[in-house]
Amino acid sequence: MDLRPEVLKPPRVEVGLLGWLKKNLFSTWYNALLTIFSLAFIYIVLRVIITWVVHDARWEVVVINLKVFMIGRYPREEAWRVLAGLGIVVFLAALTWIFRGAKGSPVKRWLMIGWLLSFPLIGILLRGFSRENRFLPLVSENVWSGLLLTLVLAIVGIIASFPLGVLLALGRRSKLPAIKVICTAYIETIRGVPLISVLFMSQLMLPLFLPPGLRLGTVMRALTGMTLFSAAYAAENVRGGLAAVPIGQYEAARAVGLNKVLVMALIVLPQALRTVIPAIVGQFISLFKDTTLVVIVGLLDLLGIAKAVTGQREFIGLHQEVYCFIAVLFFICCYAMSYASRRLEKVLGVGER
Amino acid sequence: MKVKASTPLVRFFLTLDVDYNMPYDLITKLEGGIMMKGKLCVLFAGLLVLALILTACAPGKKEAAEEEAVEAVGRLQLVKERGMLIMGCNAELPGFGYINPAGDFEGFDIDFGKAIAAAVFGDATKIEYRPLTAAERLPALQTGEVDVLNRNTTWTLTRDSANELDWAAVTFYDGQGMMVRKDSGWKSLEDMAGATVSCTTGTTTEMNLADAFRSRGVEYTPLLFESTQDTNTAYEEGRADGETSDKSQLAALRSAMANPDEHVILDVTMSKEPLGPLTAHGDNQWNDVVRWVVWGIIQAEESGVSSKNVDEMLSSKDPTIQRLLGVSGEMGTSLGLSDDFMVNVLKAVGNYEEIYERWLGPEGINIPRGPNRLWNKGGLLYPMAFR
Amino acid sequence: MSGEGVSGCIPFKGVDMNQRAAMDEHRSVVPFWRNERVLKVLAQIVFVILVLAVGAWALTNYLERGLKFSYSFLDEEASFDLAEGIEFSPTDPYARAFLVGVLNTARVAAIGIVLATLVGLVTGIARLSKNWLVSKIAGVYIEIIRNIPLLVQLFLLYFAVIMKLPQIKEAFVLPGPVYISNRGIVLPWPRVAASFGLWWPFLVVALIGAVALLIIRGRSLKHTGRPSFNLLWVVTPLVAVPVLGWLLIPGNPLLLDLPEMVTKSGGVLKVEGGTALSSEFTALLLGLVVYTGAYIAEVVRAGILSVPRGQTEAARAQGFTNRQILSLIVLPQALRVIIPPLISQYLNLTKNSSLAIAIGFLDLYAVSQTMWNQSGRVVEVFFMIMASYLTMSLTISFVMNIVNRRMQIVER
Repeated sequence: MDLRPEVLKPPRVEVGLLGWLKKNLFSTWYNALLTIFSLAFIYIVLRVIITWVVHDARWEVVVINLKVFMIGRYPREEAWRVLAGLGIVVFLAALTWIFRGAKGSPVKRWLMIGWLLSFPLIGILLRGFSRENRFLPLVSENVWSGLLLTLVLAIVGIIASFPLGVLLALGRRSKLPAIKVICTAYIETIRGVPLISVLFMSQLMLPLFLPPGLRLGTVMRALTGMTLFSAAYAAENVRGGLAAVPIGQYEAARAVGLNKVLVMALIVLPQALRTVIPAIVGQFISLFKDTTLVVIVGLLDLLGIAKAVTGQREFIGLHQEVYCFIAVLFFICCYAMSYASRRLEKVLGVGER
Repeated sequence: MKVKASTPLVRFFLTLDVDYNMPYDLITKLEGGIMMKGKLCVLFAGLLVLALILTACAPGKKEAAEEEAVEAVGRLQLVKERGMLIMGCNAELPGFGYINPAGDFEGFDIDFGKAIAAAVFGDATKIEYRPLTAAERLPALQTGEVDVLNRNTTWTLTRDSANELDWAAVTFYDGQGMMVRKDSGWKSLEDMAGATVSCTTGTTTEMNLADAFRSRGVEYTPLLFESTQDTNTAYEEGRADGETSDKSQLAALRSAMANPDEHVILDVTMSKEPLGPLTAHGDNQWNDVVRWVVWGIIQAEESGVSSKNVDEMLSSKDPTIQRLLGVSGEMGTSLGLSDDFMVNVLKAVGNYEEIYERWLGPEGINIPRGPNRLWNKGGLLYPMAFR
Repeated sequence: MSGEGVSGCIPFKGVDMNQRAAMDEHRSVVPFWRNERVLKVLAQIVFVILVLAVGAWALTNYLERGLKFSYSFLDEEASFDLAEGIEFSPTDPYARAFLVGVLNTARVAAIGIVLATLVGLVTGIARLSKNWLVSKIAGVYIEIIRNIPLLVQLFLLYFAVIMKLPQIKEAFVLPGPVYISNRGIVLPWPRVAASFGLWWPFLVVALIGAVALLIIRGRSLKHTGRPSFNLLWVVTPLVAVPVLGWLLIPGNPLLLDLPEMVTKSGGVLKVEGGTALSSEFTALLLGLVVYTGAYIAEVVRAGILSVPRGQTEAARAQGFTNRQILSLIVLPQALRVIIPPLISQYLNLTKNSSLAIAIGFLDLYAVSQTMWNQSGRVVEVFFMIMASYLTMSLTISFVMNIVNRRMQIVER
């Protein structure tokens, strides 16, 4: 288009506000009608929303309970640990952002190691050691709640489910019938039922099938459920990535004499995993949204805390304010993540080859 | 990152190598040839390690050891060694067990837990609360996660026989009631023809409700929710004409409403709901401790001993009071406690009347004492003999 | 994995006999733990044993708790009450309670799928509208809805919108009359009258006639190549024959059942007659339709964009009108791309209907929860839930796969 000679451009008034308006809003009579209806619609909706937000809503319920929304029942005197964990993440993210251009520099490898170490580190920081420990007393995961719990559930869910998903995907693509059938059955069963039934299984049935001595707390059980559920979806994503690796890659690798394990580990998986990164990010976003379901099995995630807040004596019945706040919070998180994943997709150049 | 033959990972795979006639120099070629996405490999390996760590971190081992210990020495000994009593309780029932704005547990049920801690340790603060949902509470006790459960749990034959639990005593005689709007003018269930009644699902309440209306031949529409809070919201917003639950709970919910005076609890009792603390089945010594602490608290009201006059009462001539406070006899020792355990209990929480008035009386959520009066005042509270 | 039957060496062409003999010798000394054929069988056996062992271990733990596995409770009296869906009384058995739940889920899923498709289609096309404002409104709707968890939306809808509607004594009355209160929506609804028996043959005839005309007109289109008003040809008999029947038979076969506010003996206000959508059902249906609709809109948009621009331009050059381009050129081609992701959206909607429990609608999952709470049969009920959802998922996949195959054939 850029190469076209200037003279070929249509000789129409398309510059300026009026030109734009005419082209985009009033090109035909029914378009004009649509525009007018839309404007009226926007006016009514905005007026209702703005009147309510500015005038009618009692936002003090959100302001007063802000800390409750964020960390819920996490002991207040230990709240610095959550902040410290957040600090680590922000620090690493900042470094990653600063060194984003430096291709192949050793800093990047250290950063990767830093990210990997940060997860168990933050886990230990949040949970602590034992009751008696003076520096980091135990804060059982059963009292984690609010946004903290939502994040923990989503992040641990996606990380723990990923290796399991890779194994399931390999199993499903296996030529060995027994392995293939079992893996396929698992994946399809989990994908065919709602998450809530898997959570229910992990909450109520798992304890029945564990030996009497072994006990898992409610959060651990919910995590188990999320992981088992998410693994089936991760497996399908990875399977897509595996299918995208050209058959020539296998054959070439086999031809140079690599055995099957090496072909998988060195040639196929690295390429496959690269292509599934955007899909995994997408899965993470939907898992993040799905964590709200734990409220049905009685956990106090962000939504659970919101529900508890609507029961506070002073703020009884303020459902609109509380749920709107939660909705906006979720929207910001999810929108930011999906925006980032679109950027990532561009950077990785997936699908451009 | 390039793959080196010396990389342990590659070596490891080579030892498993099926293609053992693969020329060794290929490995060196790998060094220059196969570029691998190092980061992803590290990431993948890291994730695997992390997954393993997470699995290994799963709690349970220590507690499992604790459980084995309990088989051998009994729960009382275990609690003493731990130096801390763990009680399962409710965290959202005003008056009985809830978290106050300062973040502490308090309420009627909580005070009985404090009393047990005071009896065992002489210190009512040596207690840890485990908030439990209705569905979790019984398994938590069965698996030994909590030492004692005091979470408005109804004593029924099925639960007692099938679930490996033992109730210790009854602290509160409750019954299922019905709350309606005052302006409806209803006085009994028979008046409520065509009404919509909100109710929490998964409880005995739901079945009692069906029975009550069916036996009276009154047509109604149930509206079922999964949490008490939603049940209450639906009623308060006018989605339902009535709400049913245990009377104590209705009183608590009403007290938290915007206009408590607009609602009345009908004088109808649809079921018997004796509530009390319970322990795991088979540990009679521990069960005895819990039940005699409860009866001691009731006995104290009967004998007129309270937190205020307990020191004076130590010199009382009444043999029952003497035995109750450990001045004579060896009541505490035979339970495995100190003889003056009731002195500690009374100083910590007071007698039954004091506990009741503190949480459920006019200053609390205001439930008339009704059947929860002493047996000699027309109620059902009857402590066994302290001798 | 590639390279079937490679065991011990790399086969390649041009190996001389000596080498091959050496290799064969080599092969014969391959120990069994390196023999791929043995390994394959071994791997499967080990894997199956592992899976079975975990299963057996779990089962032992279950049985050690003294729990039994039996479906005999299904015949027992449920003794709880359900107010949504088909008739149910506390004396009915558990099995019927479960049926109530299944039917409620099926009802909300079926209506939801139809409405969500409509919403998605309209929004998806609006998103591509040349009108900037319309396209932006559709875009904002899609982004907002897709980035907020469905459960949060359901809570907002139920507790913050529907519960705050006026109470029944101050219900909105729209012309119709339609009663709207926080008890739900009551609409006028046709009721079958006595003369319906005479009228229904006309309906059948109309339907058969319409289908026959559709096929005949479709054939003639193929033969003559002239576009004709397909829709008109179908709609005319579909409307004309029943109207004719209505005029011919005595009395009205259908009556409009108008809702009416009545006061019961206990002083309870009730809207009777018409058809009532409870507020829980309305909230769930609305939530599912709005949420899935946003996803379907994206599917539709991607499908339409997948049709090359050249197709539209060529059609316009041929003199097709805008509507013809959309219905004859673009949509048929877009449908091939749309249907597979559409299937998964339908499945998601069905699965998401299980969130009903959070807002008190008695769907399959909510009824099941009551069932296991009252009967104590957790594991048995769980298997029933799994089986029901899997059956529904498979049914939708099956039907939609047939449609998908049809579309592919028509296209060729």
